Amino acid sequence: MIVEEIMNDEPYTLAPTNTVLEALKLMRERKVRHLPVIDNERHVLGVITERDIKEALPSSLKDEPNSPVFSAMVEEIMIKNPLVGHPLDFVEEVALTFYEAKIGCLPIVSGGKLVGIVTTTDLLYTYIELTGATEPGSKIEIRVSDTPGVLFEITKIFNLHHANVQSVLVYPDSENTQNKILSVRVKTLNPLAIIEDLRQEGFDVLWPNLPGVSL
Amino acid sequence: MKKAVFVYSPEQLGYKFSDTHPFNHKRLTLTMDLLKNIGALDDVDIVPARIATEEELLLAHDPKYIEIVKNAGHGKLSEAQCASYGIGTEDTPIFENMHEASAQLVGGTLTAVDCVMEGKAQHALNLGGGLHHGFRGRASGFCIYNDSTVAIRYLQEKYNARVLYVDTDAHHGDGVQWSFYEDPNVCTLSIHETGRYLFPGTGNITERGNGQGYGTSFNFPIDAFTEDESFLEIYEKAMREVFEFFKPDVVLTQNGADAHYFDPLTHLYGTMNIYREIPKLAHKLAHEYCDGKWIAVGGGGYDIWRVVPRAWSMLWLEMTDQKIPTGALPQAWLDRWQPEAPVPFIPTWEDPNPLYEPIPRKAEIEEKNAQMLEKALHIIRTEKRS
Ligand SMILES: [Zn+2]
Ligand SMILES: [Zn+2]
Repeated sequence: MIVEEIMNDEPYTLAPTNTVLEALKLMRERKVRHLPVIDNERHVLGVITERDIKEALPSSLKDEPNSPVFSAMVEEIMIKNPLVGHPLDFVEEVALTFYEAKIGCLPIVSGGKLVGIVTTTDLLYTYIELTGATEPGSKIEIRVSDTPGVLFEITKIFNLHHANVQSVLVYPDSENTQNKILSVRVKTLNPLAIIEDLRQEGFDVLWPNLPGVSL
Repeated sequence: MKKAVFVYSPEQLGYKFSDTHPFNHKRLTLTMDLLKNIGALDDVDIVPARIATEEELLLAHDPKYIEIVKNAGHGKLSEAQCASYGIGTEDTPIFENMHEASAQLVGGTLTAVDCVMEGKAQHALNLGGGLHHGFRGRASGFCIYNDSTVAIRYLQEKYNARVLYVDTDAHHGDGVQWSFYEDPNVCTLSIHETGRYLFPGTGNITERGNGQGYGTSFNFPIDAFTEDESFLEIYEKAMREVFEFFKPDVVLTQNGADAHYFDPLTHLYGTMNIYREIPKLAHKLAHEYCDGKWIAVGGGGYDIWRVVPRAWSMLWLEMTDQKIPTGALPQAWLDRWQPEAPVPFIPTWEDPNPLYEPIPRKAEIEEKNAQMLEKALHIIRTEKRS
């Protein structure tokens, strides 16, 4: 999946000469926490966040509407030359950038111009969709040995039950590095027959186990 | 006016996928026979379920989908042709006359609605209904037509009523919730095992409604292995606060009986206690807030021998102000059905104590549920203060 598919391609923006008060107003009205600052040619000059504004205010003046900070121009407190992304970046790469740089938004730039914005919220939603939780289904987790062919053996069983698989995630097993945990969401209210067949084939099904009790 | 009517027609038993499918309306027969054996259900209490008209089904379903269900049930479609409508799957296989049988379950709930709203009875019960997973254009989780969604729309159109829907099935009442997600005049309340593993996976506390309907969907997802005390604490607080907040004209309760320890499809550790207490409070609040107007439907419940007949009997006994019996079940009932049952019956109204081995980390599960309740009710509690 690429950034183009999940970015907001009509982001609200500010000019460098807008005041901090205007920035805050726009953030409150539009319920956003990050705004890119651009010039007339849509070149990205900076990013201003709700947090930056709060930090710029001396704590005693937070509720003081006449603080000089409010009338300052956004270019004075914005983050200049921020990290930017490209519409063709992979979502996984962008997620890593967010995590490592500890940032909350990424302006997306193509041909030198701002074309969109991605936030941590967009990434989280994408993750939720990846796990398939937006469609009715049951989740089955299976502890498997980290060897080739295992997924094939398992999908054979799902196929046998005409079970429509909504998502498959593979996690490392925190208890044993020789193993992986497969987390499968499947479109059925009744996964019992599948679970029984998986167990019959010798797979370790975790569905669900008592908290803190290892099987 | 009668205290309550029991809506039932033998045609409702036609909603049958196969002999091995976990959804089995033999539950209705077992429950009625148990009630008759203790002299708690008289023929004069029984009102036949009508069949819902096509126009009524259209209140909640797409015409194209209804067409598919009809044709599938008349042998005119292959599984592949209806798979994208959720029909012909392992959960919802095709069976003969599936449209007619499904419409009969919806009709039963509409009969119950009319009995209450026309003043024939204060309360009405349709155990054949409660098919809360049905979607507008798709079958899901054993449910073809969503009788509660149809009934609530019917209550709105015909009686202009403000409806509270309460769902204590162990699965999230997703179909009904999504139908009224943007409607401020219908409030949905669902208590269910968290969707971490369990179908359908939704029912998070953050699902609160949308647009005009924001703040009228309530979800209380409880942890797997939750026991009676914690379940009832969540139920009682949620019910009292949501009734007081929403002030409904009428309440519709879905009474799935699959939160019991014995239920094969879920992981909650409820006992018969919850099935005695759930209707008791719904009954009390219906009188307090809705002038008694209470419609109850069935729902899930997959231990049809040891759990559902006792649980649903207690619901009817509560509705009719009859004393909940204690001690032995009638011997005649046990003798009649034990040969068919694959498990030995629990021979008493109560479950044996203890029913299961103690749960490790019980206190933490209770604490987590209590924290969830706080978060889920926060929106009403803060509104009240301001
Ligand atoms: Zn259920
Ligand atoms: Zn009453």
